[in-house]
Amino acid sequence: MSGQTWALVIGVVVALALLVFYASSTAGRLDRLHRRIDTAVLALDAQALRRSAAAQELALSGLLDPASALLVAQAAHDAREAGDDRTMIDVQRTQLESDVTRALQAALTAEDVEEIRADPAGAVLLEELQAACIRAQLARRFLNDGVRACRQLRSQRLVRWMRLAGRTPWPQTSDWDDEVPTGLAVLSAQGSP
Amino acid sequence: MKVGLVCPYAWDVPGGVRSHVHDLALTLTERGYQVSVLAPAEDPSNLPPWVHDGGRPIAVPYNGSVARLSFGVKAAARVRGWIRSGDFDVVHIHEPLSPSLSLLACWSAQGPLVATWHSALDRSRVLSAGYSIAQTAAEKIRGHIAVSEDARRTLVAHVGGDAVLIPNGVRVEDYRDVPLSPLVDTRGPRVVFLGRIDEPRKGLDVLLGAWGSVREAHPDARLYVVGPGELESRQESVVSALGESIIFLGRLDDAAKASVLASATVYCAPHAGGESFGIVLVEAMAAGAPVVASDLPAFSRVLDGGACGRLFATGDSEQLALALRAVIGDLELQSRLRTAGLLRAKAFDWQTVVADVTAVYDSVSIPGERVVEDLRGQVVGRLPGRSLYARRPWGRR
Repeated sequence: MSGQTWALVIGVVVALALLVFYASSTAGRLDRLHRRIDTAVLALDAQALRRSAAAQELALSGLLDPASALLVAQAAHDAREAGDDRTMIDVQRTQLESDVTRALQAALTAEDVEEIRADPAGAVLLEELQAACIRAQLARRFLNDGVRACRQLRSQRLVRWMRLAGRTPWPQTSDWDDEVPTGLAVLSAQGSP
Repeated sequence: MKVGLVCPYAWDVPGGVRSHVHDLALTLTERGYQVSVLAPAEDPSNLPPWVHDGGRPIAVPYNGSVARLSFGVKAAARVRGWIRSGDFDVVHIHEPLSPSLSLLACWSAQGPLVATWHSALDRSRVLSAGYSIAQTAAEKIRGHIAVSEDARRTLVAHVGGDAVLIPNGVRVEDYRDVPLSPLVDTRGPRVVFLGRIDEPRKGLDVLLGAWGSVREAHPDARLYVVGPGELESRQESVVSALGESIIFLGRLDDAAKASVLASATVYCAPHAGGESFGIVLVEAMAAGAPVVASDLPAFSRVLDGGACGRLFATGDSEQLALALRAVIGDLELQSRLRTAGLLRAKAFDWQTVVADVTAVYDSVSIPGERVVEDLRGQVVGRLPGRSLYARRPWGRR
């Protein structure tokens, strides 16, 4: 073979090697992002359940007025029930989580919080609820950050052409109202190891 | 809960990131967390038991100054060993892109990883670190924290990703009830300046420009300058004209600095820029010193828009003189600023800050999860053996 053919062969081999390296490392990156999203969904799920549990406990404590208690207890119960078989990116579940947020928002105005806090048991319940609200908010943010990174990588042309994401579904964000009730925002976030 | 903290800079050299990691580790330990810090060390025999030796640092130019970093094959092996033996619930990496133990930890660990971004880097510096390295490191981290809006912007704009804003903390109790400093004459009004003398961004020139006018109104006022550096010739003439009213104390340790602040009538921060947070303002407020500061965005934020301290137009000596004269001459204003400052400092107390940090720890992991060694990138990590694309519980069907 002539020198030119050799050069061509070497060029093709190098290009192929580069392509294989790119594909392998990008597939690795994607796999890692997909796993990160998996765990983030589970982490969010755990924090959302913790939040509804805390809300329910507060509602059943007798420290809220009966109407607010019923409102919060109902919303929290529905959300926990949906948690049995729906993840935090399922619209039907997140709808119910938003409902919990709204119920808490309505039941826990600044004055309500002040009154509940006067009771030592109430203060503990509020702290737990606030800690759970903050953690759910953070977990949602971290999940959506992972989804954004994954979508960005998956929309690259080469990734699409080479089908590097395989059959993994297009990642979904978790969209719902996770605001911490304004009455609770004044407390400092407590945590324990 | 077992937490591993990674500090990229030498443990035996003072610095912002290093003291952040130190204070975070102390406060977490007080709260019952098991903490292990991985940091480079010049002299491993001097390390406290909770600091793991990350190897001898090498002085290299980085980020505009000389930093003491650990890298290379040996450092990488140490990081892997620390992660294997640590069995951590969370590993918290500081300054993840610094070419030291932090970046190595990003590569060799997987699981619940949290990172804190400290400095604001410009785009060219991030890119020079290698875009793909930055990207991969950022992708592996589950929760990003930024200590300032500027640091957050670095991440959002240049690397891509979202970060939770958790400001730097000050251990407020270290500044409470500090004795008055024997170095300070408390008979007349005392103005205190902290920072390098020959660093223009610390703004000593602006303060010297205002000092003559302050002296006219308050002849017994004294200016105490704490910080290293040599006077430059243009400053020397100003200083000699003002005579003994300016006292240079040189570099002081933290405790002596705290008591000088506690003895101050006014703490003055005439910085001309380059401050992304303004931790020194919080320290002054925690020590009970009324603050007069330039209106840099970071300072204005710390002082709650001027409610907890007096702001003046950055670089304007005339305005600074007016502000200093107003505070020195008004005892009631002083006590109001002092009270507001003490209250404000609490918002930046490590006890408050650490609660936010632990909330991040809790929200990045699922029960039972541990940080483990990441073998991808090693040959063994590329071998097949597990299904790469299992069916996901999430996503569109």
